[in-house]
Amino acid sequence: MKRTLPGFRFTLFITVGWLVLLVGIPLAGLFLRAASLPLRELVGILLDERTLSAFRVSFGTAAMAAAINAIFGPVVAWTLVRYRIPGHRILDALIDIPFALPTAVAGITLTTLYAETGWIGSLLAPLGVRVSYTQLGIVVALVFVGLPFVVRTVQPVLEDFPAETEEAAALLGASRWQTLFRVVLPALLPAITTGALLSFARCVGEYGSVVFIAGNMPNETEILPLLIITRLEQYQYTEATAIAAVMLLVSFALLLLGNRFQARLAGKVSR
Amino acid sequence: MNRHPQDPPLLRAVAIAIALGFLGLVVIVPLVSVFAQAFSKGVGPWWAAVSHPDTLAAVRMTLIAALGSVPLNTAFGISAAWLVTKHRFPGRRLLLSLIDLPFSVSPVISGLVFILLFGAQGWFGPWLQEHDLKIVFAWPGMILATAFVTFPFVARELIPLMEEMGTRDEEAAVMLGAGGWDTFRRVTLPGIRWGLLYGVILCNARAMGEFGAVSVVSGHIRGETNTLPLHAEILYNEYDFTGAFAVASLLTLLAAATVVAKLQLERKLSR
Repeated sequence: MKRTLPGFRFTLFITVGWLVLLVGIPLAGLFLRAASLPLRELVGILLDERTLSAFRVSFGTAAMAAAINAIFGPVVAWTLVRYRIPGHRILDALIDIPFALPTAVAGITLTTLYAETGWIGSLLAPLGVRVSYTQLGIVVALVFVGLPFVVRTVQPVLEDFPAETEEAAALLGASRWQTLFRVVLPALLPAITTGALLSFARCVGEYGSVVFIAGNMPNETEILPLLIITRLEQYQYTEATAIAAVMLLVSFALLLLGNRFQARLAGKVSR
Repeated sequence: MNRHPQDPPLLRAVAIAIALGFLGLVVIVPLVSVFAQAFSKGVGPWWAAVSHPDTLAAVRMTLIAALGSVPLNTAFGISAAWLVTKHRFPGRRLLLSLIDLPFSVSPVISGLVFILLFGAQGWFGPWLQEHDLKIVFAWPGMILATAFVTFPFVARELIPLMEEMGTRDEEAAVMLGAGGWDTFRRVTLPGIRWGLLYGVILCNARAMGEFGAVSVVSGHIRGETNTLPLHAEILYNEYDFTGAFAVASLLTLLAAATVVAKLQLERKLSR
């Protein structure tokens, strides 16, 4: 393309300037600080029992939540796209609520709901199931946070899914159930995986909706972001920085992976 | 959509039941519960909590954080979208990924990076102290952290929109002798105004609802660096549940308004 349009230098200056000032320098500062640590100290911080356990809790619960959303999200997307049930517009709008609702609101609401005196917790308590202040509670909060990622990734693929494919399966004698599980579901798998990956990436760093319901017991229900805050409050800046640097590296890797998946998905949809 | 083969009634019923059950449990019940808790003692206590001076101070701080970050990120978003959609240059794809970067950073880390720069032990800490300037644990830090987490919102909405519009109209305007600014204002802007508004609304919702990042840089100073989500946390931790949920109900209304605005704008965009 010819560069005939004006404003290249001006917008380059503003864009790169604001990017460097607001994002580049702060992130570089964090990595520089982490890199200036002696390797032994860095390894010591990361292999600390409490740190390792926070890694396990954060990644484990985020994976659980992504898996749950990968199962229920496509059913929700299917219902919204294929069945014009009354109020489907409102239901569709509700999918965005976890994006729009401040995380602290989700946090205190879910904690109250699932506490032993809450609407849902009081139903579960006689069954011996405790949700608030356990790892299960963290998963519940993360399912809420991750819901839109899977639904919103699967929906457009489902909307563009050619009717001919399903018709062909039916003409060849497949039952509707067979068509769904053998034809539609495999075609949706890349979208479901991408959505689950995006949900996972978001949930690993999630703080506000989790911190209330988690109970925050070290080695049991303490998530990485909370451990960072705890270290900060104890003025252990080095520990906080080291943990944050590793988390960032993992997040960036997930972002790259997610982008690649999404690009491949976009290629498929437009074809 | 009608051309797709009909699903058997049983499949339909099961899918709808699962989707409604899941959405009900994950989204609807928590939403209803916010208001049930907020008004559990009637309108009087709700109003007392909402009109309390601490709440009003939190409203003020929330507005300051949003007003300080949203316009900057809007200007950045427009500039970035013009740069990457109207021009082709080496490093363009890298720039696109870097713009998305803050989305993959945990909110807690988004706050931490500014503590590491401007805190007492930070790079610029001693210099700031000498000159009696405060950034973290004061409103400038709140604005910085909010700007960091809302950085990509406007750019992200505009880039696909402006990419789709192409460059022909702008090129024609420039050939006819229009300047860069006039071309943007009269040719580009009319086509992107709803998308722009949409991006600003999403950016604002996140700015006003942000919790983790501002929690780290706020220092929790009541009446000074308390935003609405942080105020809800304080009240909740003090066992003032009516107050906490009264504040939460305000934030939930903001989220609902955001989702409704999104629906309206999407209808306009698809036309």
